Amino acid sequence: MEFFRIRRDIPFMRHALVFNVISFLTFAAAVFFLITRGLHLSIEFTGGTVLEVGYAQTADINKTRASVEALGFGEVQVQNFGTSRDVLIRLPIRGDLKQSDVAARVFERLCSDAAGQLAARQYTTAQGEQVSRMACLGDNEAEPIRLSRTEFVGPAVGAELYADGLKALAFVVIGIMAYLAFRFEWKFSVAAIVANLHDVVIILGFFAFFQWEFSLAVLAAVLAVLGYSVNESVVIFDRIREAFRRFRKMTTREVIDHAITSTISRTIITHGSTQMMVLAMLLFGGPTLHYFAVALTIGILFGIYSSVFVAAAIAMWLGVKREDLVRSGGRDRDPNDPNAGAVV
Amino acid sequence: MNRYPLWKYLLMAAALAIGLLYTLPNFFGEAPAVQVSSGKATLKLDAGIVPRIESALSAAGIKADFVQFEGNSAKARFADTDTQIKAKDAIAKALNPDPNDPSHIVALNLSSRSPAWLTKLHALPMYLGLDLRGGVHFLMQVDMKAALSKKAESYAGDLRSLMRDKGLRHAGIARDGEVITIRFRDHAVLAQAQALLADQMADLQWVEGADGSDFKLTGSLKPEAARRVQDQALKQNITTLHNRVNELGVAEPVIQQQGADRVVVQLPGVQDTAKAKDIIGRTANLEFRLADMTPEARAALDGRGPVPFGRERFGVGRGAPVIVYREVVASGDMLTDAQPRPDQYNQPAVSVTLDSKGGRRMLEMTRANVGNFMAAILFEKNKGEVLTVARIQGEFGNQFQITGMGTTEAANDLALLLRAGGLAAPMEIIEERTIGPSLGKDNIDKGFASVTYGFTAIAAFMCVYYLLFGVFSTLALAFNLLLLVAVLSMLQATLTLPGIAAIALTLGMAIDANVLINERVREELRGGAPPQAAIHAGYERAWATILDSNVTTLIAGLALLAFGSGPVRGFAVVHCLGILTSMFSAVLFSRGLVNLWYGRQKRLKAVSIGQVWRPEGATPPVQQG
Repeated sequence: MEFFRIRRDIPFMRHALVFNVISFLTFAAAVFFLITRGLHLSIEFTGGTVLEVGYAQTADINKTRASVEALGFGEVQVQNFGTSRDVLIRLPIRGDLKQSDVAARVFERLCSDAAGQLAARQYTTAQGEQVSRMACLGDNEAEPIRLSRTEFVGPAVGAELYADGLKALAFVVIGIMAYLAFRFEWKFSVAAIVANLHDVVIILGFFAFFQWEFSLAVLAAVLAVLGYSVNESVVIFDRIREAFRRFRKMTTREVIDHAITSTISRTIITHGSTQMMVLAMLLFGGPTLHYFAVALTIGILFGIYSSVFVAAAIAMWLGVKREDLVRSGGRDRDPNDPNAGAVV
Repeated sequence: MNRYPLWKYLLMAAALAIGLLYTLPNFFGEAPAVQVSSGKATLKLDAGIVPRIESALSAAGIKADFVQFEGNSAKARFADTDTQIKAKDAIAKALNPDPNDPSHIVALNLSSRSPAWLTKLHALPMYLGLDLRGGVHFLMQVDMKAALSKKAESYAGDLRSLMRDKGLRHAGIARDGEVITIRFRDHAVLAQAQALLADQMADLQWVEGADGSDFKLTGSLKPEAARRVQDQALKQNITTLHNRVNELGVAEPVIQQQGADRVVVQLPGVQDTAKAKDIIGRTANLEFRLADMTPEARAALDGRGPVPFGRERFGVGRGAPVIVYREVVASGDMLTDAQPRPDQYNQPAVSVTLDSKGGRRMLEMTRANVGNFMAAILFEKNKGEVLTVARIQGEFGNQFQITGMGTTEAANDLALLLRAGGLAAPMEIIEERTIGPSLGKDNIDKGFASVTYGFTAIAAFMCVYYLLFGVFSTLALAFNLLLLVAVLSMLQATLTLPGIAAIALTLGMAIDANVLINERVREELRGGAPPQAAIHAGYERAWATILDSNVTTLIAGLALLAFGSGPVRGFAVVHCLGILTSMFSAVLFSRGLVNLWYGRQKRLKAVSIGQVWRPEGATPPVQQG
């Protein structure tokens, strides 16, 4: 089977200007939404309390919201999580309250709403582990509402995570630029990082536009995508270098077209495979991995686009010349040496 | 040309064998067990507990898979939960003669079901994170300011007595936060004092200043001394937490330092946060009291008479039973330090430092009681336990030594217990997470479902698209998964849901290397290269690109590892390890498989790598331009 039956080089760069304008517009839109709407940061960053409760029946979100609001913990967010019976409640930090008790008080309130009573429940799991937990018991030992998860993050922790996240991003950007400048040339390193940061900003733009929750896992996904989609640019740059060496009569534009054309099959197959994995996470990973997988999906899709159309085009605008690459490689490398730059 | 030397095949086989061996324990799951740990601060368990448990079990006619001692608790594993519960009762009855005052904590628990020979090889299953097995997580912030002020307060006390001893007249010593100020009327005295302080109080740095007509010295802790104080405070808090958490009988509690001033406490399996918080936040109290060794008291000890009025009897601990006076000479909050330090005869001893108030009271008491005995008693849950009873050999104040504990270990334990009374600095919970057990189970199922379905989809595609080479790639990918799980098990890394996500993502990315290779081999074939040469060139030329792309991914992984915390770290560890194992498996291992299959065929006509499409009428491109 062969999906890619390409007879001659596709003139990608003829439309470089168009692609760059599209990129720029998307980028500008992403920045616009980031500024106007901002990211919906998870409590890991903002600090606050989260409770995940599971009702025995379909949950009445409005009722839950009203009764939590009545407790006066400030602005409350209540939403379904995964199924219609699971509810996620977010509470902000309030300076005058002892934060670590908030979750317990909210659960107590929800329990009494559901006509249940808080009681310690002791039992032994099938494996033989002893468990004792606070349960909300209704009639006949039934549990009308269960506490699945709580999370409380203090304000200082959140602020630090924010700073650490930015540091990590800076580290990745500098690290990758330095590596590419060392392996290729500064123009490529600038082109690759611009292209891929453009991906990152677009992912963030999506999260801002849809107000999806931006959690630590999403941050991890964003950075992983950054490292991953730079691969793409690396593969194409490798090819550009190779083509400069092999086809001395080609212009820069033709060389870039050739490099992209000859790597396009690999690009799509690889990303397709990774996307299959991510799709599995999106479909089967449950709500916890949902936004992680969403961020990866956007990252992978835009990763293909940006390394094919953006990175190479930027390198072209920056004025990549045969001399930039061949000078560094031509003298001290044997063209037959299999290790001298990859040709994929 | 496509043959490996024998050692490379052996390397592959060895990696496969080790991978299988260390992945294996993860498949056995967990079995019911009973865990025995110490219920008293003064009782330290050692391997001697094992035969006691064994005899208790055999007396009750229960057969355990094994009984073993590890860390500071013993575990016995059983075939089913019924036996487990019976065993728990039997062990509890044998070890705790008085059920109202248990000396051992006997708790139901889980233990890996993997056979003993695997455990002997240190092949243990991966440790499941809280999000996968349920439990509580606390991040506690240690109030370092309080630790430093406490230290400064004790220095201020020392200063007062030092100045008095040397006859230096000052106009007041005051402490404000971490800063100590000494006022002087006379500059000459100030100079004298300064020389003395530089000599005697090396941990403080002094700045001279004026205050109206007076002169003053302002002292603060030197940065390295402050760091030491903070370090000790943190260590002591961790020790105290360990002692308290032990009581919960949690299987594998994690109590770790995080950053300079934080402690992470993770209690897997615990669902009752209120109880956990109560135990973690409990304060134990230490009291120094005078012991009564009069004939009356001795008679009371032997049961021949009543306990004299104003005295109390303590029956548990080292040196017990003992009769002590009710008056408290010094209490735990007056204790500033207790360290194991050999005495002048180089015998194990514990050197204790009290603050100035405690020192004054100790001085008054010892002045009148040389030759008598003093006891240190630790109160927990309103129950006292004797830590030590020692003879007062002379008059002393805020610094004294307790000797006669025989071994260095005993001295270490005593120092720890004296300090365990309280926290060196108050702590506050700044992050709290609880995960219910069913949610944990759900997370495991979902994580595995993602990996399984994703892997199957990739494998199916690779096998259809690249035929035999796809099979090799799939085998290499499976090998990668095996190796990754083995490495994680070997490192005893904690597997979390983000960790499982990282496994999935790493596998999805790892296939890139094989796609690169396979596409390259096809391209070589398209260019007219003979099959063997095409395979060779495909692998060789793809290598540099694979390396480049993995390095950039690794940079991102390392950034996450360096700056990430909590869930991100779990992701990053797996991601970084996965990149390394994938380089090994995708290049070396898959090449080995190809070599094994095709390498020996001298006249290879075709390779099974799917259709190699050539444009009609196209001539093979020129190899070198």
